[in-house]
Amino acid sequence: MELKTPLYPRHLSTGGKMVPFAGYLLPVQYSSIIAEHQAVRTAAGLFDVSHMGEFMVEGPKAQEALDRILTNAVAGMADGRIRYSPLCYESGGTVDDLLVYRLSAQRYLLVVNAACREKDFQHMQEHLMDGITLTDVSEQYAQLALQGPASEQILLKLAEQKDIPPKYYSFTEQAVVAGKTCLLSRTGYTGEDGFELYCAPEDACHLWDALMEAGQDLGLLPCGLGSRDTLRLEAGMPLYGHELSPSISPLECGLNFAVKLSKAEDFPGKDALLRPQKRIRVGLKITGRGIVRENSDVFLNGEKIGITTSGTHSPHLGYPIAMALLQAGDYPAGTTVEADVRGRRVEAVVTPMPFYKA
Amino acid sequence: MNNPANLSYTKSHEWLEELEDDVVRIGLTDFAQDSLGDLVFVNLPQVGDEVVVGEALGDVESVKAVSDIYSPVTGVVRAVNEDLLDAPEAINESPYEAWLVEVDNITDREETLSAEAYETHCQTEE
Repeated sequence: MELKTPLYPRHLSTGGKMVPFAGYLLPVQYSSIIAEHQAVRTAAGLFDVSHMGEFMVEGPKAQEALDRILTNAVAGMADGRIRYSPLCYESGGTVDDLLVYRLSAQRYLLVVNAACREKDFQHMQEHLMDGITLTDVSEQYAQLALQGPASEQILLKLAEQKDIPPKYYSFTEQAVVAGKTCLLSRTGYTGEDGFELYCAPEDACHLWDALMEAGQDLGLLPCGLGSRDTLRLEAGMPLYGHELSPSISPLECGLNFAVKLSKAEDFPGKDALLRPQKRIRVGLKITGRGIVRENSDVFLNGEKIGITTSGTHSPHLGYPIAMALLQAGDYPAGTTVEADVRGRRVEAVVTPMPFYKA
Repeated sequence: MNNPANLSYTKSHEWLEELEDDVVRIGLTDFAQDSLGDLVFVNLPQVGDEVVVGEALGDVESVKAVSDIYSPVTGVVRAVNEDLLDAPEAINESPYEAWLVEVDNITDREETLSAEAYETHCQTEE
């Protein structure tokens, strides 16, 4: 039995095509994945991402505790700033990838993937230092993502400038939007400027309606999971369960910027991550005919060298793209490979990521 | 729904138009295109290829997924709508004009549904 987010009635009344995802019923699209995708690239889109999980980490040594479990460095963050970090097993494989919000030196909010929420909590309980309180506060938050170049203009109709976080990866803990208090963060999963609003579940529909109305004449569309996936793919962003998993390390995924092996603290996976990695993630532009999706074998000169982890038709670029995990090696941009698509070999070319940059 | 009464329909959401004796034109229904979403690729057989009732004659890909097109008849492909190869979105825009293939020399065919019976069938799938 799937759960419903507080915005479920809005999805039904807006014509959302509902599908089960990470234990929730969420819209895959309202009108068209391509139209929703392009709205985010050229104007704005509004997503229900209430399925995401939130944990509170509190204690006098909260920063040190987090630096002892996360691969990225938490030390040095200022209040109101956000950092992305993988969370690893001793094997170097990935438990989850998450966002760390520094509320204060003693309080951090972590935002985790819905499907990983329970195992993350268990993993953190086992590895967090004594004296730290970890609380799953997911039920206290609904989450809306307003994404696209027109996002700030839309928000300014409903909020004061002082409450709008000026920098990417920063947030206002108590912003007032359309009369409701919420945590407003300048983050997203689309490769565009945008905001995420963490609000009380009972305020979610009010905020949704207010944002939709404010964005109406600016081209704002409600957007589903389908465009969320095509947008993050164009932006070269990994999706847990595809480019990251218990058997894929963050270094294999190319997330070196978020793995601080030089920090003083030990953390699960550090030893494994110091060793040479077996694979590397690359971007592929499909030059043959057809869409290469996940789990297609990839061949170089007839020899199997890896597998695709995600793939789709890129609505903005107009051709298919994919990500693949290949055996460690050097694959310069322009290297021609082949992917197996239901028994047919389709040509593809190694391409730098992101495929699209705002 | 707006399924033309002069066509017949399969449970797997293809439509058939009888052009002449033992010659049919095949396409995808409005229900099919709506379920699939934005179509971005079509793979079709070539003129002269044999198609077999109940087997895939080609496939269509949307942003979301790939889906086989099942042949409602056994016969030989006599024409292919090549315009679709560059403009698969035509199926989304006008599913009953954007035909896929024409098949002649028909030796076998599955039982098809009237427009009315097909609409009832679609309601059970929603």
